Amino acid sequence: MSQTTPDASRSPADEPARLAAFEARLAAGDSIEPKDWMPERYRRQLIRMMSQHAHSEIVGMLPEGNWITRAPNLRRKMGLLAKVQDEAGHGLYIYCGTETLGVDRRELIRQLLDGSAKYSSIFNYPTLTWADIGAIGWLVDGAAIVNQTMLAKASYGPYARAMVRICKEENFHKRQGYEILATLMRGTAAQRAMAQDAVDRWWWPSLMMFGPHDEQSPNSAELLRWGVKQRGNDELRQRFVDQTVPQAIAIGITLPDPDLAYDEVAGHWTFGEIDWAEFWTVVKGQGPCNRERLGARRKADADGAWVRAAAEAHARKQRERARSQAA
Amino acid sequence: MSGPDAPADDAEAGESEWPLWEVFTQPGAGRPHEHAGSLHAPDAELALQNARDVYTRRGEAVSIWVVRSDAIVASSPSEAGPFFEPGNDKAYRHPQFYKVPRGVRSV
Repeated sequence: MSQTTPDASRSPADEPARLAAFEARLAAGDSIEPKDWMPERYRRQLIRMMSQHAHSEIVGMLPEGNWITRAPNLRRKMGLLAKVQDEAGHGLYIYCGTETLGVDRRELIRQLLDGSAKYSSIFNYPTLTWADIGAIGWLVDGAAIVNQTMLAKASYGPYARAMVRICKEENFHKRQGYEILATLMRGTAAQRAMAQDAVDRWWWPSLMMFGPHDEQSPNSAELLRWGVKQRGNDELRQRFVDQTVPQAIAIGITLPDPDLAYDEVAGHWTFGEIDWAEFWTVVKGQGPCNRERLGARRKADADGAWVRAAAEAHARKQRERARSQAA
Repeated sequence: MSGPDAPADDAEAGESEWPLWEVFTQPGAGRPHEHAGSLHAPDAELALQNARDVYTRRGEAVSIWVVRSDAIVASSPSEAGPFFEPGNDKAYRHPQFYKVPRGVRSV
């Protein structure tokens, strides 16, 4: 069940034996469920990773929400609205999954709003033109699908189940984005230039979504050992590049990397080095839109407070009415 | 209402988290309801509406149940061995336990 605190009745002296049993279960490919014993470190790592993931879904609504009112036609507008609504749903799935680890959602949201929680840096880049909506769906959701397909096999049951549900829905996100770019690339010279400009700006940040190189990723080894992650950051990044390059070629768009080349022997596309200085700058809060995104979330939280208060007042009134009728 | 700069006001305005509800969806007529996930809502009516919006955006269900999470009683994983043991060691509850002469059908 969802909010269940784990069994803490055993003494600390049992810890090594329980840890061994826990790791044996992981080695056997077992899923860990909320009420199962788990090392405190596993719980904390999951709370950190899952809440960051949930925050990313919620903040991820902002760059795209920016274009809902300016979508070029009704078909595009309906698609974009449905996509942004999905992102809200995805945030809720993962918040609920995180709560099974014994943490309150309100506390997680408080950490997001006060700036102490992180979310995916990709959402700190601006959406300057309509083509950015295409680039986000194709590249950002495309990268997210590669990552989340792996996480659908995560060792923690509630996380894995949320990922299965999300992956089913996200294929539409990617296709609606790719269709936007493909359409622009069949358009006028100005439309093609707009599509190319969007991909020029979103390509490298999309590659950064997979995180630092494995040897520089502070959490990777532990998450891999505990089966939260099944693959390293670099392997997933390579998988994304390999699947994306042919899609770029198909619509005649150029990926902005002069080092991009097909390695016949390895069977992979090799690519240039990521600008890690930019990566860390954005992670540390100095990206183009970090302050704007948090400001928008704070405003949404404050503006929605009266709705939450009204819902609570209504629920209270209904309870009281039911009680007085019963009496 | 206040922003994050005034947490005291939040508490006064009743900003504690709403109760948790478990959501069960029935994918089609004649199928069983299955656990889909959970959500927060102030009352049953909003729990149902939120469950529809969060878990059935693509026609995944013909029926939804919501139940307060604190109303659910669950078996304990650490006791799973002894708890389920009475059903695990009774091979004679399965048809394969019983021998039937060769060639006899539909038994």
